[in-house]
Amino acid sequence: MTALVATIAYVLLLGIIILISFINDVHIDMRRDDPDFRVKQYRRSAVGLLVFAALFFALTFGSAYWYKDFMLGYGPHKAASEHGPEIDSLFNITLFFTGLVFVLATAALFWFAFKYRHVRGRVASQFAHSTKLEMIWTVVPALVMTILVVKGIVSWNKITADVSEDEEYLEIDITGQQFLWNIRYPGKDGKLGAKDFRLIEPGINELGQDWTDERNHDDFFAEELILPKGRKIKLRIYAKDVLHSVFLPHFRVKMDAVPGMPTYAVFTPTMTTEEYRRRLAKTKTYQRPADPDDPESDPLWKVFDFELACAELCGIGHSSMRRVVKVVEPEEFDKWFSQQKSYYMENIRFTEHDPYKDKLLPQEISQRKSDFETRFNRALSAEEEAKRSIELRHVEFKTGSAELSPLSRYELDFVVEALKAHPNIRLEIAGHTDNVGNEEMNQKLSLARAKAVYDYLVSKGIAPDRLKTVGYGATQPKASNASESGRSANRRIELKIIK
Amino acid sequence: MAKVQALDYDVDKYLEEQGYDDHFHEHEHGDKYKVSFISKYIFSTDHKTIAKQYLITGMAWAFIGAFFSLIFRLQLGFPDMDLSWLRPILGGWININSEGVGSLSPDFYYAMVTIHGTVLVFFVLTAGLSGTFSNFLIPLQIGARDMASPFLNMLSYWFFFLASVIMLLSLFLESGPFAGGWVAYPPLSALPQAMMGSGMGMNLWLFSLVFFVVSVLLGGLNYITTVINLRTKGMSFWRLPLTVWSFFVTAIIGLLSFPVLVAGFVLLLLDRLLGTSFYLSDIFIAGEPLHHVGGSPILYQHLFWFLGHPEVYIIILPAMGIVSEVMSTHARRPIFGYKAMVYSIIAIGFLSFLVWAHHMFVSGMDPFLANFFILFTLIIAVPSAVKVFNWITTLYKGNIHLTVPMLFAIGFVSFFISGGLTGLFLGNAPIDIQMHDTYFVVAHFHIVMGVAAFFGMFAGIYHWFPKMFGRYMNQTLGKIHFWLTIVAAYMVFWPMHYLGVAGVPRRYYTFDSFVNFSQFDTLNQIITIFAFVGFTAQLLFAFNFFYSIFYGKKVSERNPYRANTLEWSAPTNPGHGNWPGKLPVVHRWPYDFHKNGSDYRPQYVPLDPDERDVH
Repeated sequence: MTALVATIAYVLLLGIIILISFINDVHIDMRRDDPDFRVKQYRRSAVGLLVFAALFFALTFGSAYWYKDFMLGYGPHKAASEHGPEIDSLFNITLFFTGLVFVLATAALFWFAFKYRHVRGRVASQFAHSTKLEMIWTVVPALVMTILVVKGIVSWNKITADVSEDEEYLEIDITGQQFLWNIRYPGKDGKLGAKDFRLIEPGINELGQDWTDERNHDDFFAEELILPKGRKIKLRIYAKDVLHSVFLPHFRVKMDAVPGMPTYAVFTPTMTTEEYRRRLAKTKTYQRPADPDDPESDPLWKVFDFELACAELCGIGHSSMRRVVKVVEPEEFDKWFSQQKSYYMENIRFTEHDPYKDKLLPQEISQRKSDFETRFNRALSAEEEAKRSIELRHVEFKTGSAELSPLSRYELDFVVEALKAHPNIRLEIAGHTDNVGNEEMNQKLSLARAKAVYDYLVSKGIAPDRLKTVGYGATQPKASNASESGRSANRRIELKIIK
Repeated sequence: MAKVQALDYDVDKYLEEQGYDDHFHEHEHGDKYKVSFISKYIFSTDHKTIAKQYLITGMAWAFIGAFFSLIFRLQLGFPDMDLSWLRPILGGWININSEGVGSLSPDFYYAMVTIHGTVLVFFVLTAGLSGTFSNFLIPLQIGARDMASPFLNMLSYWFFFLASVIMLLSLFLESGPFAGGWVAYPPLSALPQAMMGSGMGMNLWLFSLVFFVVSVLLGGLNYITTVINLRTKGMSFWRLPLTVWSFFVTAIIGLLSFPVLVAGFVLLLLDRLLGTSFYLSDIFIAGEPLHHVGGSPILYQHLFWFLGHPEVYIIILPAMGIVSEVMSTHARRPIFGYKAMVYSIIAIGFLSFLVWAHHMFVSGMDPFLANFFILFTLIIAVPSAVKVFNWITTLYKGNIHLTVPMLFAIGFVSFFISGGLTGLFLGNAPIDIQMHDTYFVVAHFHIVMGVAAFFGMFAGIYHWFPKMFGRYMNQTLGKIHFWLTIVAAYMVFWPMHYLGVAGVPRRYYTFDSFVNFSQFDTLNQIITIFAFVGFTAQLLFAFNFFYSIFYGKKVSERNPYRANTLEWSAPTNPGHGNWPGKLPVVHRWPYDFHKNGSDYRPQYVPLDPDERDVH
């Protein structure tokens, strides 16, 4: 109903404008032979142009002032990267020259249109050519352009320069896809691992990382782009499906993400998020509540965050490709960085997707070894007999069978080494199970498993008389059998050191 | 200075005594131009009719494009508004939620943005502007009876018509028209699984534009040949009106650049339909890796912008020519720096081929290339500045008749200044890092090649309407149209600079997800409201235009503006062949206003004994 009324009102308005126009045109036509009338008509338009120009300038400068606190590079918005001020200053130099030309040319245009409007008896000038004038307005713009071009080219080459071999920088992989950004950090080795789009498996291997590349083993993902202040960052930019573009407005960074062609952007953040917020907090504009409808809501400066946006149309979710960018002090960054867990270790290791699931990686071996040795030595030197026992944490069997899993050999090899290092000790190998199944079966199974360990050790050259096997079945649980984790803890091999 | 003598030249006498007899009637026996309704109004070979066909088709597209822009402006300005009332027109493009509130679906938001851009750039500002005025004015202003090949000229329009029909059809597809932006960058445009519009809509889009290019090439060949070969006696190149110069250079640019676009489109079609990999590599989409390897999306961008940038000059040069002509005539004063104007047109035309990659500074192309493109891009500012200063000086000490076409010409210069200057920011690669694909770009190109070109077009329509239809348009409505449009256009596009400097990216369906982009609700609402004001002004214009064709005041004098160019020496409603008898012979350049005490001297008037044709 409202729509109908609005439409009728709109059509009526148009009709009235048209009607008035027709009446006015009849009036003009009646007085077409009156030269003064025409002069008056032109005067009206000329005054209109002048008023327009005045309002135009007033609104231009007024609105620019009004919005200055939101403009990046103005008000509180100092560029948050090392190269940012360079771009801002080129912007300002360009603004100076273009602003000057804009004001002068626009003023001249509207002023001349007003001043030289037709009045009776005016004779137009014949002035149609002046080599001098034309030289001036060819050469002066050319000189200004020279300044802008030279400054532009110098800045450009500085800003887009790649990192050099010998400098320190942090590499981060940003990969766009419909409609999110994957953010991958290089992990402790500082290197991003190789990837291939053919290896991508949604939900498992989003980037198609090649797990046989060891550089991938410590890479981790983050939900936010966390950056250390003052360190050089090299973003390695990729796209999985269509074009995207990495846009970090506060850092003056933008680079397209192109499927099949990695790109990069190098920059150094110079302000932490907190510092930027504190700058904003000083201006009235950012002290207003973030939600205009709720005066109690946090002020704008408080909800401020650096943001990563997509700046190349990539499909219907284009405007939702946001990530928060957080710049922190380098110490805080290092702490955060060292706490991050490798994606491979957490999500891929020992799963069917892991090409190394049947063997241990060197760092895992050394880690397990030192763990084993610590426990072994502690047990060895224990006073009480009860504490002379150690559990083999990584020796596992297939369900219901006494077949050692392939990875069990690593820990058993430590045992072999330990026995060789301490030729005067003997071991009791004790098998334990959980309480699932009948007692007799469990007893048999636990013995068989202890026997399997015995066989392995013997095969590695340990004298059989140094070893003794025993099966306890489910009789000595170390945890409650009510839960799976408890049952899992109860299925174990323990070694008792006999001196 | 002596009082200016108001002269009325007896055209027929000059033509009869001085004219050039090409034995028009003896050759034709009237046969060729004896016409039925169909061959007069539909399959016409008369350049004047073809011009009108271009104009009216262009206007139809302008309204479709503008209507789309209103809808997507509603989404941007008033995202929470209930749009269910649009469902009768837009159907499934409006989603209705469980509470009955309608909203624009993002798929169709992007479709509208894309079709708005495509049709405005190609169908309205290329075909509607250059197609209309090149066709209408070239033969009339150089003293030719028609184009070099009237048949190809007709074919050119009908290819445009075919392109239009295909594009129109794509709007009615269930999956909607193409929605990946008017630049149609692959892989988004190459892969149907990337978005809904990249399916059949994209095929139709490509076919439509390939036919459109055929139309442009046929038209362009004709314009060039006609200007070179069919100038009447005495019409040397240095006596061509600036309109003809601009149409001529425009046609050359089009002829050299559009084929590259077709090449780009054909490769895109092959990637889409035959599984080649020109633009595609390393893609994992919709849950599976694609077989394409080795292609480069950047290649498409090079091919596209090799046309794309000259295209903006294809759009603006005709407007510049029209404005020069209109300004000189209504300021009753020779255009200032005629030769500098011609050299600038040629320089702009030439340089337009050396700047394309300034659209690609952050596309991932080798940053080294940018050095050249910064240089050539900023050099273009020099001939552009020369033109602006020459227009302003043309007003200086003029005797300016502030008629409707003159107002639009002044408006054109204002927009060209405002929009041209922001090009210096974008053309300089370091600033472009920040501004690229933000609203700053939207503001820049809408002002400089959108609004400015439209103002040139309006100046031309109001100025030549009496010649086209033998009637006047309503002046008062014309002035209302001017004032509403100039205010609305500035109010729509000026604030976008601020959005751009604040970092707000273009082509966003919503700004809600971002803290930094969602603070400009008022600004976006102002823009949308003025978009509606501007559209209203165009409705008034359309009414004025069509009403005046049939009921406007009749033109009683052959040369109502006392202009110098040859079209005004032809009868008010010239038949096919333009001049019933002899062709005019040219003795002077077209801008002899207020010379030696006479108000104006048309080109067909011989020089006085002591007069020299110098400029």
